[in-house]
Amino acid sequence: MLNTKEIRSYFPILDQEINGHPLVYLDNGATSQKPIQVIEAIKKYYEFENSNVHRGVHTLGNRATDSYEGAREKVRKFINAKSTKEVIFTRGTTTAINMVAQSYGQANLKEGDEIVITHMEHHSNIIPWQQLAKKTGAVLKYIDLEADGTLSLEKVRETITNQTKIVSIVYVSNVLGTMNPIKEITQIAHEHGAVMVVDGAQAAPHLKLDVQDLDCDFLAFSGHKMCGPTGIGVLYGKEALLDKMEPFEFGGEMIDFVGLYDSTWKELPWKFEGGTPIIAGAIGLGAAIDFLEEIGLDEIEKHEHELAAYAMEKMSAIDGLSIYGPVDPTKRAGIVTFNLDDVHPHDVATVLDMSGIAVRAGHHCAQPLMKWLQCVATARASFYIYNSEEDLDRLVTGLLSAKEYFNDVF
Amino acid sequence: MSSNLDQLYRRVIMDHYKNPRNKGSIEDGALTIDMNNPTCGDRIHLTLQVENGKIQNAKFDGEGCSISMASASMMTQAVKGKSVEEALQLSTTFSEMMLGKDYDDSLELDDIEALSGVSQFPARIKCATLAWKAMEKGVSEEKE
Repeated sequence: MLNTKEIRSYFPILDQEINGHPLVYLDNGATSQKPIQVIEAIKKYYEFENSNVHRGVHTLGNRATDSYEGAREKVRKFINAKSTKEVIFTRGTTTAINMVAQSYGQANLKEGDEIVITHMEHHSNIIPWQQLAKKTGAVLKYIDLEADGTLSLEKVRETITNQTKIVSIVYVSNVLGTMNPIKEITQIAHEHGAVMVVDGAQAAPHLKLDVQDLDCDFLAFSGHKMCGPTGIGVLYGKEALLDKMEPFEFGGEMIDFVGLYDSTWKELPWKFEGGTPIIAGAIGLGAAIDFLEEIGLDEIEKHEHELAAYAMEKMSAIDGLSIYGPVDPTKRAGIVTFNLDDVHPHDVATVLDMSGIAVRAGHHCAQPLMKWLQCVATARASFYIYNSEEDLDRLVTGLLSAKEYFNDVF
Repeated sequence: MSSNLDQLYRRVIMDHYKNPRNKGSIEDGALTIDMNNPTCGDRIHLTLQVENGKIQNAKFDGEGCSISMASASMMTQAVKGKSVEEALQLSTTFSEMMLGKDYDDSLELDDIEALSGVSQFPARIKCATLAWKAMEKGVSEEKE
């Protein structure tokens, strides 16, 4: 277990009472809280460095550029990319996936080609492909899930064919917590000549990413789920692929030479960063990476498995509570999605909120998965580095009182 | 904890949730409105039978939390037999109640008044207003 007491002390927001109870924040799947180190880095940028990047001759312009490009190098190391040319700053995971769908997809797909995703995708890894399929006449195919919410490589092999051009799969499910065998799936995709896109939104905060080991072609993730600010995310792409792709947005910052009727683009990665970039966001993300690496990604992953195991043990003891996703806690990240008897998840979430416990209730931006689970909505507790077993004890107590309140009082 | 929650979950609300009134669907010639809360998955299927400017019958089906389903049950009960104008007036009053504003208590609100506590729970207001929005949409389409 991590030293959650010390880690907690870096997060000012956690030190408060909600509805008369100390806050227990278990909605990390939606967004994580931000440590003082990240808040200070953004503050420092605006107080001492703020300027536009890549254009100023003046000192502040150099400072801003150094910090912004310094953050790119931190991201490169964080995911073990070969070069910073392969690291594009975006607004978040959604934008990153849309960039691949629109820039790579529209140029490379034609009628009859296939795009393969799974039933456990977040809307941001479904809709860009639905739109691409409509525009190009390609076929969108889904890999079916096993009963426990995992993927079997056998079904992956059955679904991916020689017509498949893009495979796009979530690394860690935001609902089931399932950790998918991305390396193996990438290999299968490559055997059929398809490119592999990885939705890493729930993976980047929780486990060590290594794009060279995974050998994926694209990886998308967001800063705000990994202690960074909102509005910043990353698209990793293999240089050879990015090189051939057309820019996603056109305008300032991404150009090399502009004529009256034609223009040329900057080299990678800047040709994909039209307009003044999200400078403070990137610097904040860089600080978040420093913070997480100081703790250690392997330690973080271990901590979350332990919390998941503890939560599942305690929660399954509650009569009438059902947990979705893999039963084996080593197969899941720190995400536990559940339902309690006949109590609707919104009502569960409201009762918990009155005890200072923040959980998510709803469809978690995964309506097709809800359909697969045959439920309209679920409640979700998702953990992070500052959560402890005591937080989970509070959750269990809260759930027991919700059950009592709805089943006995009425 | 309970005292705050009791403001939200009044006994009459839970009664409507567990024993919904006017549950089902009017089959023939009724106005049909389907609405959902895209953020949370609450869903209502409302059917209204409107004749000569009067809501003769109202039924609902759907899935959602206690607040959304109880509110739908109460809404159908309240508008049944009322004129379209009266139903819309009631809807305006309900919106004011949800926003925590002073509302016209001269209207016969009956069970609906139990939902006034929802205004203290901002995240739940959209649950309570779903059925009313569906009703408004239905009768305004009828008027066109």
